Amino acid sequence: MRSKRNIFQNIDWFTIVLYGILVLIGWLNIYAANYNEDEVWFSFSKNYGKQLIWIVASLALIWMILMLEARLFSTFAYSIYALGIAMLIGVLIFGMEIKGAKSWFVFGGISFQPSEFAKFGTALAITKYLTNLKKNAGQFKVRFQAIFILLLPAALIMLQPDTGSVLVYAAFVFVLYREGLSGKILLFGLGLALFFILALLLKQTSIDVPFGLVMQGKLILIATVITICGFIYWFFNSRKRKLLVPLTIAVVMISSYVLSVDYVFDNVMSPHQQDRINELLGITFDPSGAGYNVNQSKIAIGSGGFFGKGFLQGTQTKYNFVPEQSTDFIFCTVGEEWGFIGSFVVIVAFVTLFIRLIFLAERQRSSFTRIYFYTVVSILFFHFAINIGMTIGLAPVIGIPLPFFSYGGSSLWSFTVLLFVALRLDGERMHIL
Amino acid sequence: MKDFDDRKYVVTAIILVTSFIYLIRLFYVQVIDDSYKLSAKNQALRTLVHYPSRGLIYDRNKELLVFNEAAYDLMVTPKQTKGIDTTAFCEIVGITKEEYIAKMEKAKSYSSYKASVFEKQIPSDQFTSISEKLYLFSGFYGQKRTLRKYPKPIASHVLGYIGEVSLSRIKKNPYYKKSDYIGIRGLEKEYEKELRGKRGKKVLMVDVHSRVKGSYQNGAYDTMAVHGTNLYTSIDRDLQEYAEHLMKNKRGSVVAIEPSTGEILTLVTAPSYDPNFLVGRNRSDNYNSLVANDSLNPLFNRAIDAQYRPGSIFKLVQSLVGLEQGVITTETRIKCNRGIINCHGNHSNDKLVEAIQHSCNPYFYQVYKRLIQPGKYSNIFKDSEAGLNEWHRMVSKFGFGQKLESDIPGISGGLLPDVAFYNRWYGEHRWAFSTIYSNSIGEGEMGVVPIQMANLAATLANKGFYYTPHLVKGIGEDFSIREVFTTKHETEITPKYFDPVIEAMSAVVNLPGGTARQARLDSIEVCGKTGTVQNPDRPDHSVFICFAPRDNPKIAIAVYVEYSDYGGLWSAPISSLLIEKYLTGKINDTEKEKRMLEAKFLTIYEK
Repeated sequence: MRSKRNIFQNIDWFTIVLYGILVLIGWLNIYAANYNEDEVWFSFSKNYGKQLIWIVASLALIWMILMLEARLFSTFAYSIYALGIAMLIGVLIFGMEIKGAKSWFVFGGISFQPSEFAKFGTALAITKYLTNLKKNAGQFKVRFQAIFILLLPAALIMLQPDTGSVLVYAAFVFVLYREGLSGKILLFGLGLALFFILALLLKQTSIDVPFGLVMQGKLILIATVITICGFIYWFFNSRKRKLLVPLTIAVVMISSYVLSVDYVFDNVMSPHQQDRINELLGITFDPSGAGYNVNQSKIAIGSGGFFGKGFLQGTQTKYNFVPEQSTDFIFCTVGEEWGFIGSFVVIVAFVTLFIRLIFLAERQRSSFTRIYFYTVVSILFFHFAINIGMTIGLAPVIGIPLPFFSYGGSSLWSFTVLLFVALRLDGERMHIL
Repeated sequence: MKDFDDRKYVVTAIILVTSFIYLIRLFYVQVIDDSYKLSAKNQALRTLVHYPSRGLIYDRNKELLVFNEAAYDLMVTPKQTKGIDTTAFCEIVGITKEEYIAKMEKAKSYSSYKASVFEKQIPSDQFTSISEKLYLFSGFYGQKRTLRKYPKPIASHVLGYIGEVSLSRIKKNPYYKKSDYIGIRGLEKEYEKELRGKRGKKVLMVDVHSRVKGSYQNGAYDTMAVHGTNLYTSIDRDLQEYAEHLMKNKRGSVVAIEPSTGEILTLVTAPSYDPNFLVGRNRSDNYNSLVANDSLNPLFNRAIDAQYRPGSIFKLVQSLVGLEQGVITTETRIKCNRGIINCHGNHSNDKLVEAIQHSCNPYFYQVYKRLIQPGKYSNIFKDSEAGLNEWHRMVSKFGFGQKLESDIPGISGGLLPDVAFYNRWYGEHRWAFSTIYSNSIGEGEMGVVPIQMANLAATLANKGFYYTPHLVKGIGEDFSIREVFTTKHETEITPKYFDPVIEAMSAVVNLPGGTARQARLDSIEVCGKTGTVQNPDRPDHSVFICFAPRDNPKIAIAVYVEYSDYGGLWSAPISSLLIEKYLTGKINDTEKEKRMLEAKFLTIYEK
């Protein structure tokens, strides 16, 4: 009894209230997205009805988590991870193929997505791994082992295939960074993305140069890189000898990378991924084809104006102009019916949650809890950034849900579990685990 | 691992920066950029148009000239027609499979999601049987339109017609939308704003499959259609019908005016066409056949647009101007010297009334000479210039050489040559009376349109003033009328000078030897003047103007019968029949009527 009272005294109610607000707003928007004047105002067979059941079930889940001993999560971290991996293998064999991907177990009428559970397992495993580490995450061996923990489930999910869920594993980079991964690696990743985009954007560009030659876009890019490196070399005159080798390597690497972008783009990526990237970068504009979702999404959000059209008044929302309205594009309903005010409130609520979680992380004496908090923040933020980014045309269309908002039991439970395990661990911050 | 504590700030910064960028983007998409709002409207809202019924057009006795009949445009939204039984559909609508495919392609090329016209103007009786089964065919619905109908096939040139508004008109006038009707000719064009009424609309919400989901904002943006304003014209339906009847198989025109008001009682152009011909689905085919295949050019509105030389009738004007200018008196006699200008009939030294009655050419040659070269300047060129200026000013007061400000679109002004005209033609000071003397008897460079001649008859009947001839005496139920039609136009002729001219006009009709004896009526004193427009190698145009009765005139008429014979033979009796019909309601001289009806002057046009 004593420990129970403890947990309710020590738990962070601020985060719980934020969670409650987000789930509630999310549910209202799912209700609006599925509302139909011609039908009864409430039905458990509709998405909002089912979501309400998932929400109630989440409460039970929360209760269970809070009742568990906090140290169980640390103790069984690897076991949970292993269970997740087993399920990912299992789903490849026994899973139900839905929309071309073997991502779901279906038992009777209930379906379950193991990749959501694996995310939680991976979070625990990487946390445990980094906690037990004596050295920082910057070391090569550590880097390699950590990456293996992450890549194993990612590779299994890739086999389903479910690209969106795979990309979420990239979010763990933030955790590694917080725990010592060199910032240069982040910059390196950023550089790769930047040059990838530049190379694609410059594909159609060419300029005329003397002697009747035409310079292709990629060559312009390489020439620019060489010029900049040359300039750096000339500018730091005194350290010429030191700079010559790294600058040359940089030029060679960037050049070969830029030259290989086309190959990767054309041969490694699937056509619909190519289309989505082309649409995002504005290389193509096809509002009735590849760009349909994003265009409809922007129309719905944009038509909301400053104050929005009002609850249940969104024509784009109600009348199904936006596909995947309850799940991936739930933010459109917010934008259309609640306007900029609504968008602002939702974004601020999320940011508040993230900063609160970082605050909670940093007050821990236990490394395990701190690191685990960062995994939670990373996963939530990645979902948030990609999901909202894609609805307003700032991120590629990757089908991942908006935490606590999007319709779907698996994702709601998985985010709930992630968050409340963190809160459960935080409740034990006075004890040393 | 406290070494890396500062990195929490980096992570926080990444979160804050990302969110901030998103908020800016959202602000742009939601608040600044309006294009998304427009797209949303285009996608989710459908505006159903309620077309107003066009104003009705009545005659002066409130008899209907034009009314409306419902017809239906069959509309289609291609996207919704999936899975319909096209064979059954074609059978019900009465089209072939090929036509169905062609029409569907056309609709798709406009829009797959928006409704467009599949089959237009289906008569309501036919549509009733279609509409009973239309529920079987999703994507189709009937859009009610109105078609013009004419209880009698008359007055087509007066009424004009309507048609679908052209793209260039839509660009110029944003009121109009695709597939609106607009008046193209006649009263339909002139009073388009009054007649058209006001479109109503109903804004509906549709889903992604274009299914209607209900009224937008509970009908806050819906409006009712407002019926167009009715027009009460001055046309006398029976007289118009009778005049058109008399003009059968002839080419020419009849214009009859009530002198005291300027109201046009009858405006006939012959040959004409049945106004019902330019209505409905076959309008453009019929129109093209009228344009292409008819050498008689029935779309040409002769009554207001055909120019003729005024001929002898112009002597009436010359007499009045001569009297007013004092170059002659009623007693002035002039020798019928047939040296310079020819004459006909047996007279030698007429005074004014006789000269008009006999249509003496040398008499009016002299009058015109005295008007143009009064001898104010010793230089005959300067003298003629001054004379012509004065003459032109007075004659134009009769409405010649200018477009009458009537309510008939396409009216012509004719030609009344002035100094500038002859200077252009011959050069300054290179012409004098001797160059332009043909004008003295209404030949030469002058051009008039029939409505101007009818207006002259009305001016004579009024002894010196006219109201602009017009067709509409009342707009809407409060009978408003354009101000210009109630403005009295005074000539500069003193009323007493009209007496000898009217005396002569009476003599022309009523005295033995008058050129228009055939216009004589036992019960009514008709005053008139014949005119004969000569055509080389062809029969003359027969022209007659008149008014009646002499005291308190009720009707003034101008009749043109092209390529028939001299004025007294055809135009005069036709005029008298119209007067009799209008004033007494019946025809006594059925022989005359029969002769006019049987006359045919169209063989000349056969190729």
